[in-house]
Amino acid sequence: MEPKLDLPPSKPVLEIEQEREDDLGGRRLVVNFGPQHPATHGTLRAIVELDGEIVRSMALEIGYLHSGFEKIAEYRTYNQTVTVTDRMNYLSPLCNNIGFALAVEKLMGLEVTPRCAAIRVILYELSRVADHILSVGLQAMDLGAFSVMLWTFIERENLYDIFEAVTGARLTTSYTRVGGLFRDVPPDFEEMCRTFMAKCGKSIDDIETVLNENRIFRDRTVGVGRLSKEEAISFGLTGPLLRACGVPYDIRKARPYLGYDQYDFEIAVDDEGDVFARYRVRVKEMREALKIVDQALRALPQGPIWVDDPRIVIPPKNADNAPSGGMEGLIYHFKNYMLGHGVCPPKGEIYFATEAPNGELGWYLVSDGSGRPYRWRVRPPSLYNYQAFPEMCAGKLLSDAVAVLSSLNVIAGELDR
Amino acid sequence: MDGLQVVEKLKAAMPEAVHGTGEFARQHWIETRDNRAKGVLRFLRDDPELAFDALMDLTAVDYLNQGMPERFGVVYILYSFKHGGYFRVKAWVPESDPKIDSVHDLWKSAPWAEREVYDMFGIVFRGHPDLRRIQLPEYYTGHPLRKDYPLRGMGERDTFPRYVREEGA
Repeated sequence: MEPKLDLPPSKPVLEIEQEREDDLGGRRLVVNFGPQHPATHGTLRAIVELDGEIVRSMALEIGYLHSGFEKIAEYRTYNQTVTVTDRMNYLSPLCNNIGFALAVEKLMGLEVTPRCAAIRVILYELSRVADHILSVGLQAMDLGAFSVMLWTFIERENLYDIFEAVTGARLTTSYTRVGGLFRDVPPDFEEMCRTFMAKCGKSIDDIETVLNENRIFRDRTVGVGRLSKEEAISFGLTGPLLRACGVPYDIRKARPYLGYDQYDFEIAVDDEGDVFARYRVRVKEMREALKIVDQALRALPQGPIWVDDPRIVIPPKNADNAPSGGMEGLIYHFKNYMLGHGVCPPKGEIYFATEAPNGELGWYLVSDGSGRPYRWRVRPPSLYNYQAFPEMCAGKLLSDAVAVLSSLNVIAGELDR
Repeated sequence: MDGLQVVEKLKAAMPEAVHGTGEFARQHWIETRDNRAKGVLRFLRDDPELAFDALMDLTAVDYLNQGMPERFGVVYILYSFKHGGYFRVKAWVPESDPKIDSVHDLWKSAPWAEREVYDMFGIVFRGHPDLRRIQLPEYYTGHPLRKDYPLRGMGERDTFPRYVREEGA
């Protein structure tokens, strides 16, 4: 017996699995690509109209992972909202944490301490490596190079070990607080990072050896999914996709935050604008990220990780400060955690953008002066990157669409929020 | 180009469209009306000196009972790759007739962002080629990011269509 789906009438974009005749008597086939498909790496759905193997048109459906983060955040205090940001780009949750903390600090006019900024830079760049290396691995896997994916997963596992040692969690890190960090890094942090960097550098070499001159990989990526510079800008593409189109735009250079202007690194740019160029940009960015981590580790300053402002600093959990630690501790706790005390940015609104692995991760925050954001808007890079997908695939083979999709590195959690 | 210069230039070029200006943390924006917004945005994009060639984000804010000129503010966040500056335009949209012109023909990044604002706030974008809900299902009623929409929803979850298996199947 077939299960019955009792759907109210809705207007589909294209009729599924229906053959249509075109003017010349040829037949078009409309098929579903996703939402459950190994190449989508998430719940993305594309309805593709095929002429033989050629993609004639494509309609995208998103929203399968919509969780209402923007609504939830309006009902949480600023420090509680950090946990929401973890779930957006789940390949690099620390970038979301740090970006959000920076946005709120900008709203409040705070400047974090040098040690806090350096730790944030290190974790930001390690997250970038985690994101890019997995993206490259999955890109290779989609095109048949399975070993690369396994190597990249080893590196990601090593990175997750570092994140776990620092934040206590592998994925839902929630590491930042407004004006500081949840806790300082462990004593052997530098050693862990150095061990990882030595191994990761070699892994990136291996990946490049296998893929760069690989006939199959090049045949399927060079010249595929090309987008012109003007179109990329008009589509609002950012991050590796934009830089692969020949626009040397990196927010870390254009408007430095966290002291990125003190570090010596290059913007990875490529002029081709195709899938191979995006792969090249990601690999170059990983090397640059490791360079930044190296410099930041060498110059990691000692000192406090919290700003010097007792109104927002979350006190360490010891006997004096705990609610059970007498009247003083109780008042301290109350002033930090009760609504309307603690983190209360002034009335105003800001837009603050950070260079996340996928592109410009911006935060548009509107504060009404209370302890909760009045409006909490994320500019998700994946949404704008994915919007250009049909444009990149029109008139190409269906198998090219797989290569293009993996090069976009669309994260459904961030796309749908 | 500094945000303040953009404001001055806009005030000089189209004084009737600039209804207000704002500044916070050295970020400047102008406020305009729903029927003027597209003209302002077109000017910001096409003027050779301003050259805001990218619409980085488009969103809205519901100022319910906040004492603002109108209930909804549609916010356009623009960026210029030419001079590397951001600028914001806020267009007031009335609650009684929440409609504004679509800018899908100015920037290709607009269509999905406008669909999301329509989905979440119920603001209609005139001339949009494909104005449907984007995150929520087509049969959803209500616009969740409005301030009068409760966090837990209005019971839509209970009336979602679901698979029904027949007896003995």
